[in-house]
Amino acid sequence: MSAPASDHGHAEPTSFTFSQENLELAKRIIAKYPAGKQASACMPLLDVAQRQNGGWLPRVAMDAVADLLGMPRIRVYEVATFYTMYNKNPVGRHHIQVCTTTPCWLRGSDDIVHTCKKKLGIEVGETTADGQFTLGEVECSGACVNAPVVQIGDDYYEDVAPEHMERILDALARGETPKPGSQTGRQSSEPIDGPTTLKVFTTAQADATTAQADD
Amino acid sequence: MLRDEDRIFTNLYGYQDFGLDGARKRGDWDNTASFLANGREWIIEQVKESGLRGRGGAGFSTGMKWSFMPKNVTDKPVYLVINADEGEPGTCKDRDILRHDPHKLIEGCLIAGFAIGASACYIYIRGEFYNEGSNVQRAIDEAYAAGLIGKNACGTGYDYDVYIHRGAGAYICGEETALIESIEGKKGQPRNKPPFPAQAGLYSCPTTVNNVESIAVVPTILRRGASWFAGLGRPKNSGTKLFCISGHVNKPCNVEEEMGIPLKELIEKHAGGVRGGWDNLLGIIPGGSSVPVLPKSICDTVLMDFDSLREVQSGLGTAAVIVMDKSTDIVKAIARLSSFYAHESCGQCTPCREGTGWMSRVMQRMVTGNARMEEIDMLLQVTKQVEGHTICALGDAAAWPIQGLFRHFRPEVERRIQAYRNSAPLAAE
Repeated sequence: MSAPASDHGHAEPTSFTFSQENLELAKRIIAKYPAGKQASACMPLLDVAQRQNGGWLPRVAMDAVADLLGMPRIRVYEVATFYTMYNKNPVGRHHIQVCTTTPCWLRGSDDIVHTCKKKLGIEVGETTADGQFTLGEVECSGACVNAPVVQIGDDYYEDVAPEHMERILDALARGETPKPGSQTGRQSSEPIDGPTTLKVFTTAQADATTAQADD
Repeated sequence: MLRDEDRIFTNLYGYQDFGLDGARKRGDWDNTASFLANGREWIIEQVKESGLRGRGGAGFSTGMKWSFMPKNVTDKPVYLVINADEGEPGTCKDRDILRHDPHKLIEGCLIAGFAIGASACYIYIRGEFYNEGSNVQRAIDEAYAAGLIGKNACGTGYDYDVYIHRGAGAYICGEETALIESIEGKKGQPRNKPPFPAQAGLYSCPTTVNNVESIAVVPTILRRGASWFAGLGRPKNSGTKLFCISGHVNKPCNVEEEMGIPLKELIEKHAGGVRGGWDNLLGIIPGGSSVPVLPKSICDTVLMDFDSLREVQSGLGTAAVIVMDKSTDIVKAIARLSSFYAHESCGQCTPCREGTGWMSRVMQRMVTGNARMEEIDMLLQVTKQVEGHTICALGDAAAWPIQGLFRHFRPEVERRIQAYRNSAPLAAE
C-alpha cells in the first residue's frame, strides 16, 4: 500500500525534522504512556508535527513520527488519514471550520457558510489565493447551545450571525485576533439574558458557604 | 424545579475560578481521603445505592459497571478511562464540566479509580476541545502540586496518575472500545465484545470507561449521601442531570435539572420557550441525534428520564434536547443527521459502511420527494438490516432517527413524493 496521495497538486516537502523544542515535548508526551506502549503517542505527535509544519501533515512528517516511535510507517498513515483534524493538504493561515450539523443548521449555519464563501470568494474545501483562509465544513463541534459555531484554529466562535462572521473575517484579514466565544455577549452556555439558576454564583466572589448551605 | 442547593455543577457557566482555589471554595477536594478510607466496596455500594446511571447515553448503572471489574489484580495494571469525546449532535454538557469545573472530574477520577483498583486514568478529550483540555491540564497540574493525585494521593498511600489524551476528530471514538484503540495509537475502530473492557481493555488490561458527567457527580454523591441523590427524580431514574437545549428555542442553554422534569417545563423554565410559542412546536429530538424524534403531541407531557422516554420509543441518550419549530424542514433535519452518520461510520462493518451511505443518499432524495412511494418501506427495511448487525451502536444510531421520522412524519414524506410526481411526472419514473 502506498502512502496517502497528495491530491491537491501541492508540492510535498522532501524532509521534516522535529525542532529541538518539539523533540523535548515529544519525550514528555511519550512518558505519559507505559513503557513499550509508545505507539500511544502517535496522535499527539502528529499534532505536534502538524503545528510545527504550519497546520498540515506532509508524508515526511508522518514518517518522522513513525521513526521516532519505532512504528511501521503504514500504521501512522492509517492514523493520519482516519482522523479529520490531521490536514493532509496545506491549509491557509486561518482555517475556518463551520459546523453544519443539525443543531447548527437549525440556527442558520447555511447563512454562515454562504457569508464565508461570498466574503472569501472560495468554495468549501478551498484556500484563498493569498494563502490566508481555508474554508471547511465540519460535523458537530459540540457547542450546540451556542449555535451556530465556527472553529478557527484552536478557538470556538459561538452564537455567530452573518454580520459577526463578516467582522471576524475582516479582523483576521487585518492580522487581529477577534475575541472568541459568544458573539452576542453570553458568558458561556447560560440563557442569553442570564441564568435561570445559580444566580448567587454569577459573581466571581460568590460566597462558598452559600453553596454548602444545605449540607 | 430543582433547588440551587441541590445542584452539583455550581460553576456550570464559568462565572467563577475553575482552578483549585475556586474549586475548594465550592466544596471540592474536601476531605477526599475519608472516602478512600472507607474502602473500595463502600464506594461502589454508595454509587449503586444512589441509582446513578451512566450519563454518556446508554444509561447503565455506574456502580454495577465498577463491580464488574476483577478484584485483586496483581499481575497487570488496571485503568480508568474517561470518555470526554463529546460529539453526539446536540450535546455540549461535558464541555462545561471540562472548562468550568475540571476539579469535580479529577476528584471523581481519583475516587472512581480507587474503587476499581486502577493505577492510572486517561481522560480522552475530543481534539477540537483544545482550550477545554488546557483547563483540565491546568487542574491536573494543580492537583499534582497539592498532593491530591500522584504518589500518595491525598495522603492515603494510594498512588494514582491522571493523564490527558487528546482525540483528533472522529465521532466513533466516543464508542468505548474505539476510544481504547485510539489511546493505543490506532484508528478508532470498535472492538468485538467479548472480551469486555473490564476483562481486556486498554493495553489488554482491565479497564472501565465512564462518561465525564458520570464521574464528576460521584464526589458530591459521596459527600451528600447516596439517599440524597436517589431521592431526586424517580425510582431507577434518579439524581440531577445536565440538559442541553438547542435549536428553535428563545434562549438556548445548558442547565442542571432534576431527572424526570417534564420536557415542556424544562424548555419553558430555562430556555425561554419554543420560538413562536409552544403551539409552534413541530418536534423534538430529546436525547441527542441518535434517538428518535418526537412529535409535539408526545412532547406535551413526556418526562425527561430514561424510562419515560423509552416508553415513547425514544431515549434520554445524552439529554441533548434539539427543538424544531414549525418552520423546520423535518425531512432535511433528519437527512442531515443521516449524512452525519455516513461521514462518521468507521468503515469496519459492511452493513454500517454501505448502509449509512445508502440511507443518506435515499434520505437526500426524500427531502425533495424525488422517490417512489415503495422506497419508504424499502428504506425502513434497510434501517432494520443495519440495526443490530454491526459491532458497535453507530449502525443503530444511524437507523433510529430515520425510523423516528417515518413513525411520526410519514405523511409529510408521502406528500412530497406525490407533489414531486405531480410537478414532474416523467422525472419521477
